Amino acid sequence: MESRQILETIQMISDENLDIRTITMGISLLDCIDSDPKRANQRIYDKLMRSAKDLVKVANEIQMEYGIPIVNKRISVTPISIVAAASNTDNYVSFAQTLDKAATELGIDIIGGFSALVQKGFQSGDTKLIASIPEALKATSRVCSSINVGSTKAGINMDAVQQMGQIIKQVAAIDPVKCMNLVVFANAVEDNPFMAGAFHGVGEADRVINMGVSGPGVVKHALEQVKGQPFDVVSETIKKTAFKVTRMGQFVGNVASERLGVPFGIVDLSLAPTPARGDSVAEILEEMGLESVGAYGTTAALMLLNDAVKKGGVMACEHVGGLSGAFIPVSEDAGMIKAVEAGRLGLEKLEAMTAVCSVGLDMVAVPGDTPASTISGMIADEAAIGVQNNKTTAVRVIPATGQKVGEDINFGGLFGHAPIMAVNPSSAADFIARGGRIPAPIHSFKN
Amino acid sequence: MKIIITVIGQDKVGIVAQVSAKLAELNINIIDISQTLMQHNFTMILMGETASDKADIEGIQNQLTALGGQIGVDIRTQRQEIFDAIQKL
Repeated sequence: MESRQILETIQMISDENLDIRTITMGISLLDCIDSDPKRANQRIYDKLMRSAKDLVKVANEIQMEYGIPIVNKRISVTPISIVAAASNTDNYVSFAQTLDKAATELGIDIIGGFSALVQKGFQSGDTKLIASIPEALKATSRVCSSINVGSTKAGINMDAVQQMGQIIKQVAAIDPVKCMNLVVFANAVEDNPFMAGAFHGVGEADRVINMGVSGPGVVKHALEQVKGQPFDVVSETIKKTAFKVTRMGQFVGNVASERLGVPFGIVDLSLAPTPARGDSVAEILEEMGLESVGAYGTTAALMLLNDAVKKGGVMACEHVGGLSGAFIPVSEDAGMIKAVEAGRLGLEKLEAMTAVCSVGLDMVAVPGDTPASTISGMIADEAAIGVQNNKTTAVRVIPATGQKVGEDINFGGLFGHAPIMAVNPSSAADFIARGGRIPAPIHSFKN
Repeated sequence: MKIIITVIGQDKVGIVAQVSAKLAELNINIIDISQTLMQHNFTMILMGETASDKADIEGIQNQLTALGGQIGVDIRTQRQEIFDAIQKL
């Protein structure tokens, strides 16, 4: 019996916030398609209730037996724009309500997949789904929506970029907090277990279990032991820590998959911060020697962190997937909030960081009077970073209706708060109004 | 089923006796035991084995947690496989 290792494991869980962030069951809804929307909804409801009936129970059992917290139980489904396209209806709100109803009855925290993939163009279902987003988010509490507007292979659909700026404004007009459930992607991945961007890709099996593990606190604690040492040591330390964290995800995923009788998909090792003290990605970067996140050197520190996390995680599990890396959501990270409030971190630096983090501009509150075309400009820039660099990028911004820079938007309960960040006042309106498609970059032609 | 029981708290007379008595009552065989003082904290790790692979681990946890409350120490009960998964190749 290795007492030291046992105590280390317990300390990782109890003091350093190591947890399974999410166990997400991906469920294909392709066999629920029906020309009658009522029948399609009934089939979706039935399949969800049948497929995930034991998910919460099994997750709770594992949590109890092994003493590992499993924070969220989630479901991702086939993009509804595909599932609903054959149904004779122009309004997809009923589909969102069906997802919400099933999630509520199953005890699922969040359900993702009110989604459309429009990187190269719109099919009829995509257009209807995008138009339904504001009302769908208003009518539901657990549904997440994501739209993929660009990819390295297809380029950037600038009509979609323009439209999503307007949709985000419409959602914010209903309730800015609802913007937390809406994300715009480039290079979206089909097996991501994290929200708001999870959907079940059409290339996936009928059902699959994906795990998301987290533990910024564990990485920070490990780095505290190598103060002042060169980056070779920093990288090695992060790799070893990431390895252990990912092993836990692989183990729990195996157990869950066996008990549920559902194939195990991937482990997504993402350092996902929470507003809790000691659960911050910003604090890891600061532990490397930066006075505050936002200082020159932040992008380099984040690049090293993101890369070392992937390298450590890859060997620890059978299949790595999802987004795997470091998330930098502003409002969910105590260190990020502090840096913004102190004037040490602005949108420009944040954008640079998104070129090397695992996702993008995430949980960023902007003034309520930010024009739709400016938000579209942000989406276009993020998509460009992703498309050009073969990585996933995303925008999840929250226009704080009626509020200005310097104020604070409160999300209520566990979701914390976000300082409203200054936006460049120059207009992108004429640029965004052009529409069309930005062609795929030259390095996408690999065939 | 193998379980790891960790007992952490302020040192005092009779912790080992009371915990092992409770394990005997629950029909859990002690396979390995180690005890040390870490930063003035009493720290004991026990590896136990339940008689059946389908043991009611939740019931065991509840009883041990209650005992910990009485003695004034923190008692944690977890299945053993998780430690191997995280720490061993």
